Amino acid sequence: MRDIKTFIQDFGWPRIIIFIFLIILFILAPIVGVRLDASISDVLNRFGQYAILVLALVPMIQSGCGLNFGLALGIIAGLLGSTLSMQFGLRGFMGFFGAIVLALPFSVILGWIYGKLLNKVRGEEMTIGMYVGFSLVMIMCIMWLVLPYSNPQMVWGFAGKGLRTTISTEGYWLKILNNFLAINIGEFFVFPTGLILFVALCCFLVWLFMRSKTGTAMTAVGSNPDFARASGVNADKMRVISVIMSTFLGAVGIIVYEQSFGFIQLYTAPNSMVFPAIAAILIGGASVNKASMANVIVGTFLFQGLLTMTPSVINSILQTDMSEVIRMIVSNGIILYALTRKTKVTK
Amino acid sequence: MSAKKGITKFISDYAVVIIFVLLTVLSIKPSGLSVIYIIQEIITRLGRNSFLVLALLLPIYAGMGINFAMTLGAMAGQIGLIFAIDWGIAGWQGLVVAFLVGLPVSLLLGWICGKIMNRAKGREMVTGYILAFFISGVYQFFVLYMMGSVVPMRNPAIMLSRGYGVRNTLNLESVRQSLDNIVLLKIGPFSIPLITFVVIAVLCVFIVWFKKTKLGQDMRAVGQDMAVAEAAGIPVEKTRIVAILISTVLACAGQIIFLQNMGNMATYNAHDQTSFFAAAAILVGGASVTHASIPNVFIGVILLHAMYIVSPLAGQNLFGSAMIGEYFRQFIGYGVIAISLVLYAWKAKKAADAARMGLRAGASNGNGVTANGSANGATGPAGDGGAAGGSK
Repeated sequence: MRDIKTFIQDFGWPRIIIFIFLIILFILAPIVGVRLDASISDVLNRFGQYAILVLALVPMIQSGCGLNFGLALGIIAGLLGSTLSMQFGLRGFMGFFGAIVLALPFSVILGWIYGKLLNKVRGEEMTIGMYVGFSLVMIMCIMWLVLPYSNPQMVWGFAGKGLRTTISTEGYWLKILNNFLAINIGEFFVFPTGLILFVALCCFLVWLFMRSKTGTAMTAVGSNPDFARASGVNADKMRVISVIMSTFLGAVGIIVYEQSFGFIQLYTAPNSMVFPAIAAILIGGASVNKASMANVIVGTFLFQGLLTMTPSVINSILQTDMSEVIRMIVSNGIILYALTRKTKVTK
Repeated sequence: MSAKKGITKFISDYAVVIIFVLLTVLSIKPSGLSVIYIIQEIITRLGRNSFLVLALLLPIYAGMGINFAMTLGAMAGQIGLIFAIDWGIAGWQGLVVAFLVGLPVSLLLGWICGKIMNRAKGREMVTGYILAFFISGVYQFFVLYMMGSVVPMRNPAIMLSRGYGVRNTLNLESVRQSLDNIVLLKIGPFSIPLITFVVIAVLCVFIVWFKKTKLGQDMRAVGQDMAVAEAAGIPVEKTRIVAILISTVLACAGQIIFLQNMGNMATYNAHDQTSFFAAAAILVGGASVTHASIPNVFIGVILLHAMYIVSPLAGQNLFGSAMIGEYFRQFIGYGVIAISLVLYAWKAKKAADAARMGLRAGASNGNGVTANGSANGATGPAGDGGAAGGSK
């Protein structure tokens, strides 16, 4: 009895409710005429799309920088990488990995500056990160208009300059990971092997890193800065490394998202990618200062499952589209829950 | 040496204001707008926005930072307006009815908000920001699905054709500028909405008076140092709730004033930018997260909106694209908030470091304060200050 109680306490009521809700949705789906195999395939696909963006939050949570509301910086690095890769005409795997390589220098530079800034503003990282992200997104809005891109698939047709709001990746690296070794079962079910493998690889690498010497030091800085300092860890340096990692993973995350989604979304789009990622990791059981791979995987799966299943099932039942409202309430509610939870000092 | 230090301090204290004045003055010429037009626009926008910005003052006094959750009050005001329009009450009476309907809603939302903020001490700002999104979802649910289906509505003209839910844009023709036009003072080429300014002046007097009351003094004490205030017998949590409550109610009234001047309302987005504009304005006016005054509000509204008036046209004429000016002014708004928050946090950290250096001898004391971990960092400076006081 006691075990169940502590389990519920650790897992948190909101998570349990969401989990049960999701199961109910899956049970209801065939009853209201939504194809279960298509739904599961959808959920898997969206899980892969978003998982790395969620994963990107882990290093900064571990190093004590809190939830990375400035993830938009990483996304912008990724957008620069992917647009440059298309501009240079790289196709296939060459284009996809080219985009990641091209995004690397941007994410290192942005992450380094951002990390230095966050070191100066301890305790306010989340609010400041959010507004730094917004500001940079706005600068980049101007940049997308004036940078000398010339690939006709990317720029506005009539003006011949200025990037389009959405750029199709078709013909370059559309679904390059999704289709790699993809398994088709029946007409509606596709298992995106390449995508899931890539996500697993990224998670494994981050997991490995967190167990390395640097990773352990990073966690130490996050859990007890004074203790870390006393044992000779350079806290500021660790935090900057975590921010750079987070930014780079954000860049990789958005490129993976683009190849699966099919479009590069520019201008103010990065802003709308950040909150869902944060909500996902929190649903997975992370707190403001503790996160694990399990949190990432469970969280992304639950959150994306909810986003995929709610519209199709609820709409079939109620005949109206309430998905947007449900998404808003659930995702912001869960962030709110995490922010207001009394943080445990020891686990 | 000291003169140089004085200049550095002046620049660091007023960096945001200086950058703003320079930017605006430089872009007046390329915008091609006449000074008379700009001044008239600023007068209009002062009447439109000041009330909303004033709503931010009390939470700052209470040490809760910028109240990004003021949006809750704005939503309450919008619900009031929807009902006033639905019941067909025109003129300024319609605005009064809207406020009377919005009042209980904003009291309820403000109370919830205060409770939540008390559970998130040290990160009120980000919590408020998310809370605004959360309640925005609830608001959409209420207005889009409840109104007309569960809540009876009379006026089919404002409803969606499917029978329930309010239309995307609400025409406020019947109450348009009804407050501004009660007495419209004409001085030279300028017309001044007198009653709107009287309302704003009354609010200023209220805030000045409120600061002198027992509750107002308590609020300042809580803002200075929660631990000390608690020890002095001030009900900290209750005082903080009152600060948010008043702020939310003021935001409700402010949004009604704002919308009556605009003349129409984007039912589902009108509140999205409310806290952004108000926060940017008060910070541009020289306020920080811990210090704000009534002059900050008016300086801020004037500077921010002068900039907003000139920048799209300046962008159009300088770069040949109005979008660049549009993005630029949004960047400036977000940038200003970011810079102000950074400067504030930077100073707080410096003060905390200085306090820690002074405490080097009693290291065990300092450890006790910081053991809560960096998630509670924002309360760190206050805690360190308390410890420093104890060691004297």
